[in-house]
Amino acid sequence: MNEIGDLNTSTSDRTLGFAARVMRGLHVDGPLLVGLLLVCGLGMVVLYSAGGQDSALIVRQVTRLAVAMGAMLLVAQVPTNYLRMWAPWLFLAGTALLVAVLVGGQIGKGAQRWLNLGFFRFQPSELMKLGVPMMAAWFLHRRRLPPSLMELLVLAVIVFVPTVLIARQPDLGTSLLIASSGIFVVLLAGLRFRMMFTMAAMALGALPLLWHFMRDYQRQRVLTLLNPESDPLGSGYHIIQSKIAIGSGGVFGKGWLNGSQAKLEFLPESSTDFIFAVLGEEFGLMGQLVLIMLYLFITARGLYIASQGQDTFSRLLAGSISLTFFVYFFVNMGMVSGLLPVVGVPLPLVSYGGTSMVTLMAGFGILMSIQTHRKLLPQ
Amino acid sequence: MIGNMALKDHWREQRMFVSRVILGGVLALVLMGIVLARLINLQVTNYEHFSALSQGNHVRIEPLPPTRGLIYDRNGEIIAQNLPAYQLELTREGVKDLDDTLNRLVSVGLVKEADLERLTGLILSRRKFEPVTLNYRMNDQEVARFAVRRQEFTGVDIRARLIRQYPFGEITSHVVGYVSSINEADLRRSDPSAYAGTNQIGKLGIERAHESDLLGKVGYQQNLVNAQGRALQHTPQQPPVAGDDLISTLDINLQQIAHEAMGDRRGAVVAIDPRNGDVLVFASTPAFDPNHFAEGFSRSQYNSLQNDPGIPLFNRALRGQYPPGSTVKPIIALASLQYLKENPRKKHFCPGYFTLPDSTHRYRDWKKEGHGQVDMIEAIAESCDVFFYEIAVELGIDNLHDFLITFGLGSISGIDIPGEKPGLIPSRAWKKTAFNKRQDQSWYPGETVIAGIGQGYMLATPLQLAEATAIIAAKGKRYRPRLVAGTRDPLTGEVSELPLEELPPVIVDDPYYWTIIAKAMEDVLHSPRGTARGSAEGASYRYAGKSGTAQVFSVAQDEEYEVEDVPEHLRHHALFVAYAPAENPEIAIAVVVEHGGGGSTSAAPVARKVLDAYMQNYKP
Repeated sequence: MNEIGDLNTSTSDRTLGFAARVMRGLHVDGPLLVGLLLVCGLGMVVLYSAGGQDSALIVRQVTRLAVAMGAMLLVAQVPTNYLRMWAPWLFLAGTALLVAVLVGGQIGKGAQRWLNLGFFRFQPSELMKLGVPMMAAWFLHRRRLPPSLMELLVLAVIVFVPTVLIARQPDLGTSLLIASSGIFVVLLAGLRFRMMFTMAAMALGALPLLWHFMRDYQRQRVLTLLNPESDPLGSGYHIIQSKIAIGSGGVFGKGWLNGSQAKLEFLPESSTDFIFAVLGEEFGLMGQLVLIMLYLFITARGLYIASQGQDTFSRLLAGSISLTFFVYFFVNMGMVSGLLPVVGVPLPLVSYGGTSMVTLMAGFGILMSIQTHRKLLPQ
Repeated sequence: MIGNMALKDHWREQRMFVSRVILGGVLALVLMGIVLARLINLQVTNYEHFSALSQGNHVRIEPLPPTRGLIYDRNGEIIAQNLPAYQLELTREGVKDLDDTLNRLVSVGLVKEADLERLTGLILSRRKFEPVTLNYRMNDQEVARFAVRRQEFTGVDIRARLIRQYPFGEITSHVVGYVSSINEADLRRSDPSAYAGTNQIGKLGIERAHESDLLGKVGYQQNLVNAQGRALQHTPQQPPVAGDDLISTLDINLQQIAHEAMGDRRGAVVAIDPRNGDVLVFASTPAFDPNHFAEGFSRSQYNSLQNDPGIPLFNRALRGQYPPGSTVKPIIALASLQYLKENPRKKHFCPGYFTLPDSTHRYRDWKKEGHGQVDMIEAIAESCDVFFYEIAVELGIDNLHDFLITFGLGSISGIDIPGEKPGLIPSRAWKKTAFNKRQDQSWYPGETVIAGIGQGYMLATPLQLAEATAIIAAKGKRYRPRLVAGTRDPLTGEVSELPLEELPPVIVDDPYYWTIIAKAMEDVLHSPRGTARGSAEGASYRYAGKSGTAQVFSVAQDEEYEVEDVPEHLRHHALFVAYAPAENPEIAIAVVVEHGGGGSTSAAPVARKVLDAYMQNYKP
């Protein structure tokens, strides 16, 4: 028995070993890749139903995913040291482009987000989703942690200048994600709890200020959240319909392609920001649980990679990317289920649309690079 | 700083980092727990509720459009109302083959073929279950024709709705404006949810300017509908609130008389109460029937309106800019009293032409042989050009400009309807910015000369002329002209009056100056040498006025201008301003007749008819 068992173990070790060697050669983290592929697969299934069973739509989404995966693989090949060296340049270029967008960008759907480079249009705010945490981690890399008050002030500038520039476009969702990615770096760097509470209190104090700077439509979204029934024909419509979609799904859902809310066009933006409601309607609580588990698994794997990081830059960056990914799906689920205001954050890897997918996957590429470029340390 | 110099303690940092990561992970789990609790709350606890809303029966929120406010004239006559009309509506959800349905509707004559493309686009742009109006006003035959074929057209239905109707038609089109189908540009400047269930929005005039008063508040009901979209049960949630009625300052009777007096000539009539700025008459001819817009008409009908050589869509009273001609002479005379302390009794000699020093160019008087010796009052009454050439040169263009603008000329009056044009009072500073070429930018003395008789660059709208005349009538007092005096709550009947807006008055050093100008303007009509005495013949009251003739083209140095010889489109514009009664003026009026020839012969009689009608009810 023992011998057979040993034999079995050794063969499986060998095959696994071979796969692991290929993965390692490509600088791919296996568990992370599996998690991502499962989420994308589930996403395609839901999108097919939400998009009205349009196979052309799926083809476009798969193409995008392939490009994004390519970007992930590409980034994964870059050793962490290079990423660190490039961080300030990426950040400066991104900030310059943000200013350029505000001055001469193209307006789409009433917001100024796009920069036309002649051959393609591109959103500098996407660049900053990685640029800001990289810069903050770069800044803290050689310093003694936890950071001093002066260093915190510098970090505040690094985080909030791009955030404000993006909020002015106006793109509240993206600026929220970028601000949290920067803040996560600072928190992970070991900010003292006393300081954390002070800052939380200050943030609460700044809420009225934020309110002042919000556009009318953004205020409306917050007010609508507090009482969606107050405006059932206008901005409350999204929330009311998405709650009906989720609630009517029950525990097991109405079944794939059977969701009436999306089919009868009650649910707006059903294949983009509100796709989580379609999942809830057709696959019920169980379907949503599966997706949440997959997301949490990816987050956990990311945090594990972060904790294994060999230098401050890697740890902080990996931690921030993982937690920002969490914020991504948490905010989307929160807004679709009526817990948070509608800020326009898509469900990562599931919502239809490509601009953010490349950045997202590039972020996972960084995680993979951190995980696979570790030097072997003597035990 | 010492802290930074110290060596990094990698193991300590790593331990701290791991503890932070764990903290972050726990926090994430807690937050996910909240989301999960919410999902369970929606899907398990409230499953029955949401399921009822969704499965089998669906909640559909149907907007209930409010009733638009009515518009009354100052005497309570209705000038814009809502009439019930049968409308043909199509709901995309209920239609199997949209193109086929529409084509069959065309073949039974309920939809015009020319509208097919527009309607298809409109239907596809709305949500499936939103009804789209195909025909805003069906006559009895059309209703009958549809009724017998009803079963052939699933998804198409007749509904009784209120549509806007303007009982006075084209008489009020330029001032009351009209409502018409909402387009994308309208939605950009308004809140789309306020127009849910309403197809129409105020596009022009009072209807547009007071849209927010007239609109009312949309209500809605929640309908339970089955999977086919059929309503099972209505539960009214919030009734609509009707819009406020408007009380206009217009006198529809006078407005009608003004229109009749203009006949088919092009031009404008504006009358203002100098005591408060209320606009009594605001007419522009030719006009168009606003009911066509409210009922929705075809592109070809619209094109024919747009291409009409008379430009009926052009609001001449508000946007027509004409050289004011001699109608500004009273104000220029007042300027000379104010700035030059000119003696009004001083006689000037008019030889029939004027020359600037060091120049041979003759600026001609309209009266070839000249007016002889005239003082200021005679110069206005006889409209002597040479007198005003002289004082204009003496005043200089900048004084002239500064004084004329205090009468509201050269800038918009701020009347409560949109689209006003500012006219133009030229000055040295204006000319510097108005032209690109350097040689065009300097001011020439000759331009001051012709400014003295309201020619050259000077432009004014009929509204501005009426306002300036009202200021003269009120001896400097000035109010912002307005078309709406108040709103009325249709439920309680409670009227809230809009406040009068008094503007900075025109102040002259000696109030006696006003008396001189008033006397001169009265002489225009009632002295044996007055230019417009013919039009005042037989009047039972005394009034004051000034005629004007605006050159459309200039006559060469020694040519004669004979009205009969000149084709109509090159004839001068005829202008006339007046106020009545001469003592205690209550109405100030401006009339412009495009290419009408002489002001006293073609514009003054129009003013006379309106003033006669007003004075019929006058009680001193």
